Amino acid sequence: MFELYFPIAVLAVVAVVLALVLMVLSGILGPKRPDKVKLMPYESGMDPYGQARDRYSVSFYLVAVEFIVFDLEVVFLYPWAVRFLDLDAGAFWAMMVFITVLLLGLVYTLKKGTLDWDSSTAAHNRA
Amino acid sequence: MGLLELLTPALLTSLAVIGGGAFFLLNSAALAVYAERRVAAFIQNRVGPNRVGPMGLLQPIADVLKLILKEDVVPAQGNKVVHAIAPMIPVITALMTVAVIPFGDGLVGANLNVGVLYLLAITSLGVYGVTLAGWASNSKYALLGGLRAAAQMLSYELPMGMAVASVVLLAGSLSVVEVVNAQRDLWFVFVNPIGFLIFFIAALAEANRTPFDLVEAEQELVGGYHTEYSSMKFGMFFLAEYMHVTIGSMLITTFFFGGYHLPFSSHWLPDIGNWKILLDITVFLGKTCFFAFSYIWIRWTIPRFKYDQLMRLGWSRLLPLSIVNFMVIAIVLWMMR
Repeated sequence: MFELYFPIAVLAVVAVVLALVLMVLSGILGPKRPDKVKLMPYESGMDPYGQARDRYSVSFYLVAVEFIVFDLEVVFLYPWAVRFLDLDAGAFWAMMVFITVLLLGLVYTLKKGTLDWDSSTAAHNRA
Repeated sequence: MGLLELLTPALLTSLAVIGGGAFFLLNSAALAVYAERRVAAFIQNRVGPNRVGPMGLLQPIADVLKLILKEDVVPAQGNKVVHAIAPMIPVITALMTVAVIPFGDGLVGANLNVGVLYLLAITSLGVYGVTLAGWASNSKYALLGGLRAAAQMLSYELPMGMAVASVVLLAGSLSVVEVVNAQRDLWFVFVNPIGFLIFFIAALAEANRTPFDLVEAEQELVGGYHTEYSSMKFGMFFLAEYMHVTIGSMLITTFFFGGYHLPFSSHWLPDIGNWKILLDITVFLGKTCFFAFSYIWIRWTIPRFKYDQLMRLGWSRLLPLSIVNFMVIAIVLWMMR
């Protein structure tokens, strides 16, 4: 156990230290001449209009919700995929039914247009 | 028990392999930047960088020096802590993947029995860097880039996970070494070509490479999530992108092109003793270089998708296809049992 995970821990420490060193190095070596205009968010040369953290499209939330459902499905698949040849027929067909149900769910959401980013057809399908 | 007793030869070997792997990965990122510019120049009938060092080979070093000596601008209204942490995340996660990748027979940092899960877990953490960078900058272009990145990387992680699951079906193990050894006779690309195609496309999307580079689409979002980044903070995003190119190539090689095995090697390869290690490393790196080249080749050949096309490809083409591919492979293996 120790022999397996100790090298990974060492690598993690090295990676973090490397990232910190790169970060600090440019902070030390680079010039520092901040002024008000330089520190503004870039907006193609115009003065920024309002705050950036405004409302954004609900479709991004829908993608996140769908992702959780299907990512959990994938996580369930891995242990089954390792051992499925040793299990009996019940376990095999149970997983096939599980995948089919989620596949049908995916087809339903696609037909419903929840993941359709072309706004004209999306509005039409949701109505 | 003292610390010295814990440092067994096996542990020292794996530490050396991890050190070598991380060193290779960092240098490959620099080489990939150089290769990208030279190949792009070749494809566009230009010369490309050829002034710094022989054939411009020292160009990446010059680039890094320049970036380190530039001013580090942090937007006044941004979140300064998150703005500083965000570029470190993709670099750290990219470096950590190298721990479980076998470079040759016995040349693996840590032969975890859950190596495939470890790879998926670590690579999917990379999305945090890009998304937090977009949010912390408090700039509209950066926020849009970060949101797009989150949605895109989540969407393509699913077909990628399903494609890897179909590899696990064939290998019957979650250990990366076992996956490679299961391909000694027959590479999985011959058994599972659809899985390979899905994984390759998803790997392009996960690395935010053209045709999936909407995350930083220069023509509409200026620089996307790294609009407000300068100096070495920008350099770290740049470094991470090219490390992801190398890692994507390594993963394609490992999962579908037999890792360090030559095709059908058990049938014709004679016993060459200790030279086998050198051959293994050469074969593995050769395959990795080929796929890294094809990443660059694709970037300078294929135009960018529109966002709705990207989402449609991910959710209504690749994901159902990958699920059906998984079911078909499972059923065939079950029938042949």
